[in-house]
Amino acid sequence: MSVATTDPAPPAPAAPSALGEVAIDVEGLSKSFGGRVVVNDLSMRVMRGQIYGFLGPNGSGKTTTIRMLCGLLTPDSGTGTCLGYDILTQAREIRRYVGYMTQRFSLYQDLSVRENLEFVARLYGVPHPEQAAQAELERLGLKGRGHQLAGELSGGWKQRLALGACILPGPELLLLDEPTAGVDPKARREFWAQIHELAAGGLTVLVSTHYMDEAERCHEIAYIAYGHLLAQGTVQQVIAQSGLSTWTVDTVGLTGREAGLAVAGLSRVLTENVGVDMVAPFGTSLHISGRDAEALEAAIAPYRTDPRYVWRKEAPTLEDVFIDLMSRSRDEMR
Amino acid sequence: MSERHLDPGRGGGRDSGAGRGAGVAGFFARVRAMMVKEFIQLMRDRVTFATMIMIPLLQLILFGFAINTTPRNLPTAVFSHENTDLSRAVLAALKNTAFFSYVREVHSADEAEHLIRSGEVLFFVEIPAGFERDVRRGDKPQILVAADATDPIGSANALAALAGVINTALAHDRFVDAPGENAFQIVQHRRYNPAGTSQLNIVPGLLGTILTMTMLIFTALSVTREIERGTMESLLAMPIHPVEIMLGKILPYVSVGILQAFLIVAAGMLLFGVPLEGSVLLLVAATLLFIVVNLSIGYTFSTLAQNQLQAVQMSFMFFLPSILLSGFMFPFSGMPLWARVLGEGLPLTHYLRMVRGVMLKGATFPDLQVDAAALVALMLVAMTVAVARFRQTLD
Ligand SMILES: Nc1ncnc2c1ncn2[C@@H]1O[C@H](COP(=O)(O)OP(=O)(O)O)[C@@H](O)[C@H]1O
Ligand SMILES: [Mg+2]
Repeated sequence: MSVATTDPAPPAPAAPSALGEVAIDVEGLSKSFGGRVVVNDLSMRVMRGQIYGFLGPNGSGKTTTIRMLCGLLTPDSGTGTCLGYDILTQAREIRRYVGYMTQRFSLYQDLSVRENLEFVARLYGVPHPEQAAQAELERLGLKGRGHQLAGELSGGWKQRLALGACILPGPELLLLDEPTAGVDPKARREFWAQIHELAAGGLTVLVSTHYMDEAERCHEIAYIAYGHLLAQGTVQQVIAQSGLSTWTVDTVGLTGREAGLAVAGLSRVLTENVGVDMVAPFGTSLHISGRDAEALEAAIAPYRTDPRYVWRKEAPTLEDVFIDLMSRSRDEMR
Repeated sequence: MSERHLDPGRGGGRDSGAGRGAGVAGFFARVRAMMVKEFIQLMRDRVTFATMIMIPLLQLILFGFAINTTPRNLPTAVFSHENTDLSRAVLAALKNTAFFSYVREVHSADEAEHLIRSGEVLFFVEIPAGFERDVRRGDKPQILVAADATDPIGSANALAALAGVINTALAHDRFVDAPGENAFQIVQHRRYNPAGTSQLNIVPGLLGTILTMTMLIFTALSVTREIERGTMESLLAMPIHPVEIMLGKILPYVSVGILQAFLIVAAGMLLFGVPLEGSVLLLVAATLLFIVVNLSIGYTFSTLAQNQLQAVQMSFMFFLPSILLSGFMFPFSGMPLWARVLGEGLPLTHYLRMVRGVMLKGATFPDLQVDAAALVALMLVAMTVAVARFRQTLD
């Protein structure tokens, strides 16, 4: 999992939700495969022009949810609309106005970059498909690679091409399934710049990811684990709703290996305390979190007088919150 | 970079987008998009493409060898009802020529029948009683020749050679004045292949079977390939109807089929002198129809199969009866009722009738319309099943 500080997020501009229009509105979506519930009673609402982050660990049901939104999977139960069209009955209309970027590259590897774009342009009935494909090539910075087979592109270029193919027909909603998985930081940053630009132009974007720093680039986020939607709202809201208290401990006067050992020792003893739900090392400091603020303070009280440590009460990070949500829902499942 | 998306109609403009892609124009645009894509993929898959061109050529070359090889040493039995100078001359001639390998003389028809049935001999020559006398009188007596015609090319050539061999023998021994002046008749009796399928019949048959095999395989792989390569997910997320996908996947291969057909017919006419008695246009039309039928059936398999291997197996399961029950291998009229009923359900049966009719007998459209209608019906059934079975979701 990547840490937010490696790639500082530009402050997310306020969502242009002045229109007040809803792009995605689904209620109680459920889906099981072979008797195993993969998405459970999921409801969410995404406003037009928003960048909506869809977070959750692998296998939590993100892809399944996205596929239900664009009519590729039929929900076992639940209703909803996408761009005002019914997801159960109007899949064809939805497909025309939704750009879906699949998790796995799914354009034609044996077609060149240009041929892939022309195919998409023709299929959506874009006027002058050759010119449209050429324009998209130039925009993507793929002009010199138009003749290259898509299968020969590197991961980052494939991702660009796939996004370009989604945008080319001029959709109103983008569903991007882990678009930045396996892409280098520079390409990721460019990608997010592009997403913000698109949203500023009125496009709604739902993007799934498991990078924490990317969550902070979204206007709103939803967190899903084991098929359950556990939290949604802005990053601040999600953190506030979590009810988690977090303390950060730093060592004083110790360096390198000694500091590491001190932190590890503290981590070991704290984990066993009632009131401490989560201990996570960050270099030579520790994040200690608990759902019950008083119990947590009581638990750490004996160690706060130890002169080797400096204690600070801080807001939990999104990662703290998500890991806590996940372990809580896992406990509930049992 | 930031100027893009500013084209009007993008983003909020639903109205400008709604008109686009609708109606008949949209239908053709999407079919065309699919066709172009399939065609590029076909041309890029050099191995497959080369195979599809090589198969007919290879078959024809192998077949050409079979035709050009003069049969030699065909095991032969003789049943002579008389022992005269003339019958001995015929026997000697049979022994001396390289065409036949004289196995033995038999003394009853039953014995001869047994030999030919067991495969010990392929030929059986019967010289009637009073043969020499009748030749001298100029009565043109009959020599009966029974041939195991399961190898039609070999037996046809040998039968043709037989008359020459006997004539030469007679002339040599001065029973007749000159070779070629027929002093006797040869009555041929083909066993096991009464239709006497010859190269004339086999070239049209080969045309039908090669087209069946290659066309089936092309489309049988098309849907399963998209699923296995993961491209189906994107394709299904695009606004394209199953009918459009099907047509877009079938039509590019029609050109390959036509190319194959052209190669086979051209080679058949040039190398083997197969005639084209009827209209070229009719032949092309029948072949086009037949190609589309097979592509549709292959495509149907593709929508039914779970993976490429299954699709290939289904094609093979269809191909075998096509060869056996269509009249390609065995004469259709000689088959038992159940086999004929099954055969009527196979496109190759109808195509063979049409193409043999047009090429060999100069048939015209009224002669072919029943078979043409049958092909159209088979095509519609296959397409309907394919569209109904096409999975539009990933469920
Ligand atoms: N077509 C399918 N058949 C059976 N199981 C599936 C299918 N698709 C997804 N799953 C299962 O559902 C769970 C959720 O998958 P997915 O939606 O892909 O999660 P995510 O995208 O969040 O990683 C996984 O355990 C996966 O194995
Ligand atoms: Mg996924």
